Amino acid sequence: MLSRTLAQKLWDAHVVRSAKGEPDLLFVDLHLVHEVTSPQAFEGLRMAGRHVRRPDLTVATMDHNVPTRGGVGAADDLSRRQMDVLAENCRAEGIRLHQIGSQRQGIVHVIGPELGLTQPGMLIVCGDSHTSTHGAFGALAFGIGTSEVEVVLATQCLPQKRQGDLAVNVSGELPLGVTAKDIVLGLIGRTGTSSGQGHLVEYRGPAIRGLSMEGRMTVCNMSIEWGAKAGMVAPDDTTFAYVEGRPYAPKGRAWEEALDHWRSLATDDGAAFDGVIEVDASRLEPHVTWGTNPAQVVPVTGRVPSPRSETDERALRYMDLKPGVPLADIAIDRVFIGSCTNARLEDLRAAASVIHGRRVHPKVRAMVVPGSTSVKRAAEVEGLDLVFKAAGFEWRNAGCSMCLGMNPDILAPGERCASTSNRNFEGRQGSGGRTHLMSPPMAAAAAITGHLVDVRELI
Amino acid sequence: MAPLDLADVDTDQIIPKQFLKRIERTGYGPYLFYDWRAGGDFVLDRPQYAGASVLVAGANFGCGSSREHAPWALRDFGFRAIIAPSFADIFRANCYKTGLLAVTLPDTQVRHLIDLVHEDPSIEVLVDLETQTVRGDGFSYRFEIDLFAREMLLEGLDDISLIERHDADIAAYERRRSGWLPAAGSVGAHRLP
Repeated sequence: MLSRTLAQKLWDAHVVRSAKGEPDLLFVDLHLVHEVTSPQAFEGLRMAGRHVRRPDLTVATMDHNVPTRGGVGAADDLSRRQMDVLAENCRAEGIRLHQIGSQRQGIVHVIGPELGLTQPGMLIVCGDSHTSTHGAFGALAFGIGTSEVEVVLATQCLPQKRQGDLAVNVSGELPLGVTAKDIVLGLIGRTGTSSGQGHLVEYRGPAIRGLSMEGRMTVCNMSIEWGAKAGMVAPDDTTFAYVEGRPYAPKGRAWEEALDHWRSLATDDGAAFDGVIEVDASRLEPHVTWGTNPAQVVPVTGRVPSPRSETDERALRYMDLKPGVPLADIAIDRVFIGSCTNARLEDLRAAASVIHGRRVHPKVRAMVVPGSTSVKRAAEVEGLDLVFKAAGFEWRNAGCSMCLGMNPDILAPGERCASTSNRNFEGRQGSGGRTHLMSPPMAAAAAITGHLVDVRELI
Repeated sequence: MAPLDLADVDTDQIIPKQFLKRIERTGYGPYLFYDWRAGGDFVLDRPQYAGASVLVAGANFGCGSSREHAPWALRDFGFRAIIAPSFADIFRANCYKTGLLAVTLPDTQVRHLIDLVHEDPSIEVLVDLETQTVRGDGFSYRFEIDLFAREMLLEGLDDISLIERHDADIAAYERRRSGWLPAAGSVGAHRLP
């Protein structure tokens, strides 16, 4: 039999129908739904007299515009209406919904894995570009638009053109203070914003094997930021240990059967990729973005670079930065620890370990927004909330929050933020706001010193 | 034709988040490039480009968020086609679903179009999906497009009706799925009539 990559195995396993000259029709194992990209899709179904084909394979949550304090009452009218409409759509179609206030509510890409809904070998879609996160489990997972959400609701299938294969081989061992976020930021800095277009990416090599599931999710999450259709990691014992015992994980005999199958989900020896990118983890440093796209990134030990394009010049103007300025000289106003990239328990632990016994700089306003209600609860059991609060952090409820600023958590114009999120686009965290992306320990360190800083000086 | 001579134009710029709270599919035109237009003298607000139906832009257009509100806003503003050296995958798919044509041309040809429209804002180009060409006075650029997507656009076909023809295939696939795969369980559908 022909050698295949992991991505092609996952693809083949989901083909419902294949015909020459047409895209493959793929079956979707799990469709995750949230309040912002779904209302028009449900409305489209209603207008055509259709229903959701597989409500049992559809799971909804509220995350994008939920307030992170004050409950639903703190939401603006439009946000509340979107949440009401989602609740009504889920009720009408029999879809399980984890709404604001429920114990399982959270960012859609955090709750899928933690509930055990995300498993190796699955095809997962969601009307959100960071759906690639779920690829960390050896799943094929990608973001779709609202029309495609409607297609999946109606048919549980999606027509897709076959994609190419890229490998990112990460060798070596991560040095102290350098994280999964730095692997992916460093990678995007090299590849640019679009070289992954039209490709399914497999992250491989000893440094990826050495990452926890949380770290792998961080890497896969940002695949879209270099244009990739999806990112994934072949499942291994780390994956199986994470999945086992979770609410939706297979149990007993079914677990053994699943394991047998999951162990076959690896790229065959001799399978060819269209391209291979080599990264040496042992040479990586903590990274920080200086511009307005994630590829505008340098090691924190560096300086703001000289512009090489009009895009760079525009970014420097927007960020109010001069070339040659050491990153560590840049003062910040806000710190955001949160988002589907970096708001899992491990991320909060890493940030708390830097913060422990220290105080947030008096000129900085800092907040932690756990990725899910259950992450929040687990952190509180460990006392992490006390570490953050004692240092002067705000400790909020779960949601996407200031990653995209659809709720009341936004930057004021001109404010500069050290953020663990995934996008530093103009206005992303609030109109006129300036975002520097980095890892949770780096953001924690910036909160304490009041400027961008190499976390290795604090540990 | 209107020029937007920038690379990596992300969907957060095309339609900022505060306008994603609507539950309708239309009415996004006034909010297209809201922050950039608020800054004044934004290129699309210059009178010479009023009524343009073709936008010519830099590489990696539509990167970032999957929000289909971005093509909705471009369509509502009056655009029928976007020409760029490359597009983000999700944005391009969203365009096709919206009936907006995303045309990929080589850098040099996109540069030529931008130069032309800078020189003469009233210049007209024809984007012809039938013949897969962008034509103007003295030039004709062929573009490639997935043939299936082309047919869908030309015929105005919708995905769901096409897929529903294959219901037997879907049902057969459903029967052979592994029993251990997770299901959230139906929560007692009260399906409205």
